[in-house]
Amino acid sequence: MIKFSSLEKGQVIGSTTVMVNRGDLVRYAGASGDFNPIHYSERFATEVELPSVIAHGMFTMGAVVDLVGAWVGNPGAIVDYQTRFTKPVVVEDPAGSNPSDAEGTAIEVEGKIGALDEEAQTARVDLTVTANGTKVLMKCQAVVQL
Amino acid sequence: MGINPDLVGHIYPAGASYQVGREKIREFATATKASSPAHFDVQAAQALGYADLVAPPTFVIIIAQRADAQLISDPASGIDFSRVVHADQRFTHHRPIVAGDELLAELYVDQIREMGAGAMITTRAEITTVSGEKVATTTSSLLVRAGD
Repeated sequence: MIKFSSLEKGQVIGSTTVMVNRGDLVRYAGASGDFNPIHYSERFATEVELPSVIAHGMFTMGAVVDLVGAWVGNPGAIVDYQTRFTKPVVVEDPAGSNPSDAEGTAIEVEGKIGALDEEAQTARVDLTVTANGTKVLMKCQAVVQL
Repeated sequence: MGINPDLVGHIYPAGASYQVGREKIREFATATKASSPAHFDVQAAQALGYADLVAPPTFVIIIAQRADAQLISDPASGIDFSRVVHADQRFTHHRPIVAGDELLAELYVDQIREMGAGAMITTRAEITTVSGEKVATTTSSLLVRAGD
């Protein structure tokens, strides 16, 4: 269990890498009910001027917050979670691979304590989320009740 | 056709309730690569003090996007879904969602801003149980890109 008094602003809580391939996007589409074809059809995605199939913003938002839930040991302790979607995460379909077994695109995540509220006993974790060397989420912040 | 600015302040009443099931929590947790056993194993969830499996932090997007669909499919809105880009998202949890909850979503159109030839639409879904207990508030902004 994490003690509020042990935390300091700026402290790194951890980092991880989430891999995403085309199979993951089909799975997320089914689980979430978001069947926008830009997340599975390359033909459609390029016709609407995207570079290729892109991950659901909500896939990325949903996957990167696991770092915070695992750190606190309780995903239900996340009382507020927000982000802006700034850049798409492009997911390629490399020749000769099964799309569900392909290595996929790496989403890099690092969490830092951004703010502490002693009265409320909450910690705000700010997530830095990059793919292909570019920040894909901005103001990605999860508030944890300790 | 542009976005109808008269929609600001409009409220779409809750539709049919959403029954939160264990298998849906497991499916969504798998799809978002969530690692906590509290999404998969009832005993692990109970050990953390939950009555049943606890939903991942973004699970309620399923219900919020169903509510948003009412606006997007409303012929009065003027929104072309194929030109919609998700710009931002926020979840405020008043209490954790667990399997067995039966939830309703009321959708508020909070803001419409013209962005060049397109528009940014901010909606808020107030998620409650069928008996009226506040569970979550979700806010999302959708950028509707201008047509050709």
